[in-house]
Amino acid sequence: MYSVRLWSVRHARGLNSFYRVFEGVVTRIHPLFKALGYERIERPVAAIERTVKGVLFDCQMCGQCVLSSTGMSCPMNCPKTLRNGPCGGVRDNGHCEVKPEMRCVWVEAYRGSQRIPDGVAAMGKIQFAVDQRLKGRSSWLRVVRELNPEPAVKAAAGAK
Amino acid sequence: MRFDDEPVPGYPLPILPGHTSPGRFERVLRAGGFAVTTELAPPDSADPEDVYKRARVFDGYVDAINATDGSGANCHMSSLAVCALLTRVGYAPIMQISCRDKNRIAIQGDILGGAAMGVCNMLCLTGDGVQAGDHPQAKPVFDLDCVSLLDIARTLRDDHHFQSGRKITYAPRVFFGAAENPSGLPHDWRALRLAKKVAAGAQFIQTQYCYDMALLKGFMDQVETLGLDGKMFILVGVGPLRSAKTAEWMRKNVPGMHVPDALIARLAGAKDQAREGREICIELIQEIREIRGIHGVHVMAYRQEETVAEIVDRSQVLQGRSPWYPGRDEAPLVSQRTA
Repeated sequence: MYSVRLWSVRHARGLNSFYRVFEGVVTRIHPLFKALGYERIERPVAAIERTVKGVLFDCQMCGQCVLSSTGMSCPMNCPKTLRNGPCGGVRDNGHCEVKPEMRCVWVEAYRGSQRIPDGVAAMGKIQFAVDQRLKGRSSWLRVVRELNPEPAVKAAAGAK
Repeated sequence: MRFDDEPVPGYPLPILPGHTSPGRFERVLRAGGFAVTTELAPPDSADPEDVYKRARVFDGYVDAINATDGSGANCHMSSLAVCALLTRVGYAPIMQISCRDKNRIAIQGDILGGAAMGVCNMLCLTGDGVQAGDHPQAKPVFDLDCVSLLDIARTLRDDHHFQSGRKITYAPRVFFGAAENPSGLPHDWRALRLAKKVAAGAQFIQTQYCYDMALLKGFMDQVETLGLDGKMFILVGVGPLRSAKTAEWMRKNVPGMHVPDALIARLAGAKDQAREGREICIELIQEIREIRGIHGVHVMAYRQEETVAEIVDRSQVLQGRSPWYPGRDEAPLVSQRTA
């Protein structure tokens, strides 16, 4: 919801801290997830993630969440799905060029980033092209798996 | 400046050390020249002569010509085709690539194809939304954004592979650029956004129209503070305003465009507003030239392209230099014959 989305940016600092704790907890449940099978829990977890983040951020389930680097303003709500900052068409009132009734996702992102420790620096990080195959999948599970790399995955990441 | 080894039209220059392309545009910038570029509006036609006609009005006054890629989300001849036609006779085009209409498969193919056709400069853009143009019913693609596009383009050139990792046998020798809007919101994040583009691979920057010198100077101060000066070349966007009414309209309807009230008042008070618009443009160019860290101007004169030559000439930014154009070096011979 649009008004909740704006609220989330105003509370970016708290939400970011909450997420850090949440990530720490979920990461520790990795053995359970693994026992259940990541593919088996993918759909229910994605459904929960879609609901929670849908309410808070109008999450579009890109599967590659970068909210911590975008001041808790979801960049996939940008009509151009820009992931690296605002386009040149931001209106003088800070609204979107394409959807004049909506505040620019990136003007909001900059506000939110200023509330998060090192948020502005995080916004400067280059976001590489999205992997469209991940759309609809859970970002949480992906992060947990990345933070608990399998030996083989670890080797592949090292090679990269 | 002129080069001893200036090529036969369509033939590439030798790539000098530290250069990435065989093009004249990169040479002018790296040699320290104040560069002038302009914009060619691709025709709504399949006649190549329509492209050449539009290019000829700039002869002798510009170092490179941007070919827009469906600008304003309107349908026109493709930028790749316009550039291919221009390189055939030796012009130095800047191929604009927008992320709106093509996914990464098509765009990477265009970069290779353009380079193969002799295009030495490409400008990586996000592109206007489809709602702005004549086909609002079209599907916006936006598979990439300008930063991820720059990253993929640079990978093609420097690492010799597609985004998939698959190798290419001959890399595109291209000078890559990006756009920036110093007047855009959020003002204090614009230079950081530029830093991101430079890190992703932008070697030159062409800006949106800049009429507000205070905003531009503030932006340039940030660029300097971030240590970006020297890492890329900046060409500032300028253009003649036809009348106070047009200026008002543009300010209202072209998102991200700022025209200070004082300029509009000056236009409104002039007897010949179009002439005053050109005067303002010339003054802006002269002011811009004095700002540290700026390497050229990008003169955009949509539907009044014929004014570019006069504006560049009278602003004297070329300092007596005559950029190459088809037939430039034959001109003295012709005059001798007629004499």
